[in-house]
Amino acid sequence: MKNAVGRDIPEFLLKDGKEVYQGKNYMDGKFIKKASPTTRRYEKPQESKIVGTIADALKLCGAKSGMTFSFHHHLRDGDYVVNMVMKAAIEELGLEDMTIAATSLGAAHDPIAEYIEQGKVVGIQTSGIRGRMGEVVSAGKLKTPAVIRSHGGRPRAIEAGEVHIDIAFIAAPTSDCVGNCRGIGGKSDCGSMGYAMTDARYADRVVVVTDCLVDFPNMPASIEAIDVDAVVVTDSIGDPKKIASAAARISQNPRDLMMAEDVAKVIASTPYFRDGFSFQTGVGGPSLAANLFLEKFMDEKGIKMGWSIGGICGPMVELLKKGKVGKIIDVQDFDLDAVRSINRTPGHYEMSASQYADPANKGAFVNKLDFVVLAALEIDTDFNVNVLTGSDGVLRGAPGGHPDTAAGSKCCVIVTPLIRGRMATVCEHVVTVTTPGDCVDVLVTDYGIAVNPLRPDLIECLDRAGIKHVPIEELKEKAYSIVGRPDELQWEDRVVAVLEARDGTILDVVRKIKPYTAD
Amino acid sequence: MIPRPRPEKFRLRRTMMFLSAQKPGLIKDAYIYGCDSIMLDLEDAVAENQKDAARFSLYHALTSVDYGDTEVIVRINGLDTPHWQEDVRVCVAGGADGIRIAKCESARDVRTVEAAVLAAEKEFVREEGRTLLMAALESPKGILNAYEICCASDRMFGVAISGGDLRKSLQTSPQRDGIDMLAARGQVILAARAAGIQCFDTVFTDLDDQEGFEAEVRQNKAMGFDGKSLINPRQIRFVHQVFAPTEKEVRQAEKIVRAYREQSAAGVGVFTVDGKMIDIAFIPGAERTLRLAKACGMYGGDLI
Repeated sequence: MKNAVGRDIPEFLLKDGKEVYQGKNYMDGKFIKKASPTTRRYEKPQESKIVGTIADALKLCGAKSGMTFSFHHHLRDGDYVVNMVMKAAIEELGLEDMTIAATSLGAAHDPIAEYIEQGKVVGIQTSGIRGRMGEVVSAGKLKTPAVIRSHGGRPRAIEAGEVHIDIAFIAAPTSDCVGNCRGIGGKSDCGSMGYAMTDARYADRVVVVTDCLVDFPNMPASIEAIDVDAVVVTDSIGDPKKIASAAARISQNPRDLMMAEDVAKVIASTPYFRDGFSFQTGVGGPSLAANLFLEKFMDEKGIKMGWSIGGICGPMVELLKKGKVGKIIDVQDFDLDAVRSINRTPGHYEMSASQYADPANKGAFVNKLDFVVLAALEIDTDFNVNVLTGSDGVLRGAPGGHPDTAAGSKCCVIVTPLIRGRMATVCEHVVTVTTPGDCVDVLVTDYGIAVNPLRPDLIECLDRAGIKHVPIEELKEKAYSIVGRPDELQWEDRVVAVLEARDGTILDVVRKIKPYTAD
Repeated sequence: MIPRPRPEKFRLRRTMMFLSAQKPGLIKDAYIYGCDSIMLDLEDAVAENQKDAARFSLYHALTSVDYGDTEVIVRINGLDTPHWQEDVRVCVAGGADGIRIAKCESARDVRTVEAAVLAAEKEFVREEGRTLLMAALESPKGILNAYEICCASDRMFGVAISGGDLRKSLQTSPQRDGIDMLAARGQVILAARAAGIQCFDTVFTDLDDQEGFEAEVRQNKAMGFDGKSLINPRQIRFVHQVFAPTEKEVRQAEKIVRAYREQSAAGVGVFTVDGKMIDIAFIPGAERTLRLAKACGMYGGDLI
């Protein structure tokens, strides 16, 4: 069945009330019955919840084959915990048919690919999937299709009971003996623990894994002991060098800077650029550099930013310290400057993924967002964006908060170079739709700017400010004139991943890629 | 091959950005930054044993990249090297708009290159006289001979000062107020204006010293330069900003050009605008202002 972005969704996926994507805000006003976990009572006073090993914790929590384990990705590429837990479950306890439900998975998790090939891990639910794992899933080695969700879509699915977490594992930079966790104060600091919060609330069992045990009570706690069954203390939960970079540096690349300046010009041309406006940007080259130029325009106009959300890094914290942004509400930290600032710099707060981006709750921050600046692997002439699959059709990315912020914000700006190597970024049809075009407003490339025709109001703003823009088709043709028009990818029938829209409908599927053969 | 329009001797050249011809990643689309001219360098930016490779990449760029309105100039190696003749051939074969003669010291140098260019135009069946020339003055001798150099060929559209070597010869170093280059700059501007061609100031190489860069650009504009050589796209915007005419200048120029066209159609040669006497002598200046204004997005009319 074709959905609203023209993608054919196989019928076998449309069961138990699952629908195809119908367009932005389709689920608005509908009701959900929230799921509830089955948790053990700890009525008898307990001195400590510390157990010896991961295996001990698994046994204590009644781990069985066929269960779903959840993880968060605050330790990013430095994470040891996913591999540690799965190894104990599969190799020590001999468990099988396991599902991993992670907020994201990345380069650190290559060893899981082995368990997929062995058929021990049979399900993956995640935002990001990369490296070896992306390759084996794309090759059809995972027993069930992987389910890819946005950062807002995941808490929605958990709250709706579409994902039931049997045991949540919370990697914690610090914890006390009963499981009050914080993201700072240890040797593997990650700052915000926002992505772990919904897991702790909705999992039947919760195990904290820390490498820095601190005195009780560890306050203010990001994850509270009231949800925790057991605490495991290990030597190390991650590689600090890969958890947070030293400091996100603003790019000096002239191409990035030019695009960043154009992004800031576009933003400054809209009516939403007024005192107290809200803003989110990424840490990629041109996205982050937009901060620099935006600050200049703010100074010129004599206005300040009201608040900023998202993954946070140093340059945004700097703005807070200079008094140019009122508040930062932070779901994840990308560098040590942000890690050190959260809950310490006045005005720098932590929030959960649900509070950040969940489309089914009653007050997500993305819904109050004026501007978001996002990157793209590909964007097509309908403004559909792909941030998941490479030009070879293999899973190697993450929707993250992209679809949530694009949908919630008043003005969503995509910034990307027109071509990368020999790939056209602006193309006829993206490989996979991860953010639907009806949520994307402006495209800024190094070869020109295009505005979504769905936003005549923004077209008028740009015209009034004298900012040149062209139809997106022109940018696509320019890209193809430089790098050529690629052949269509060849797929097999088998669906290897389902791309769920943030509202729970199906936006797209990724199929098994046909091995390339030369003619 | 991408056809390029016939190069214009007089056009807007506020910014001339240097790029090594050896770096395909840089030269493939340098026009996106919006500078008026790009300067593809075969000389100092290219290692001695890579000259040939750089010529190949230059030729392919010239023949396969559509640079649009951006002027494409090539800096060739000095006349004291074994490279310059082959450089000239590749420029003409590829259809570059112009050639910058490095370390030019005399009218004879210009005529030597001119002869080679003409021979190459014949060899590759290009329109004779199409390829423009400019000279870089990098030595005291070159500066002193500026006027004869400016007048040496009909192909000459401008001269540029090249500060690096010149400062060494002058036994000075970059100074905050530009006093180190005052004599040279003054001489070159006088020569270019007397010969009726354009003049361009040298590069400012310290990218971290934005304040110093801005001061130098303002001084260039005040002294009468047409533009400046640049080493980084980040420098373009400010130069364009400084070289932009004021709103008042644009309105005045518009009035003068409009009145002149109306009056001359009616057979009148001298007339007044806002109480000031205007005749044909004012027109090139006013048209130049409008061209600048159009390039700066300040003028959308149809007089230019």
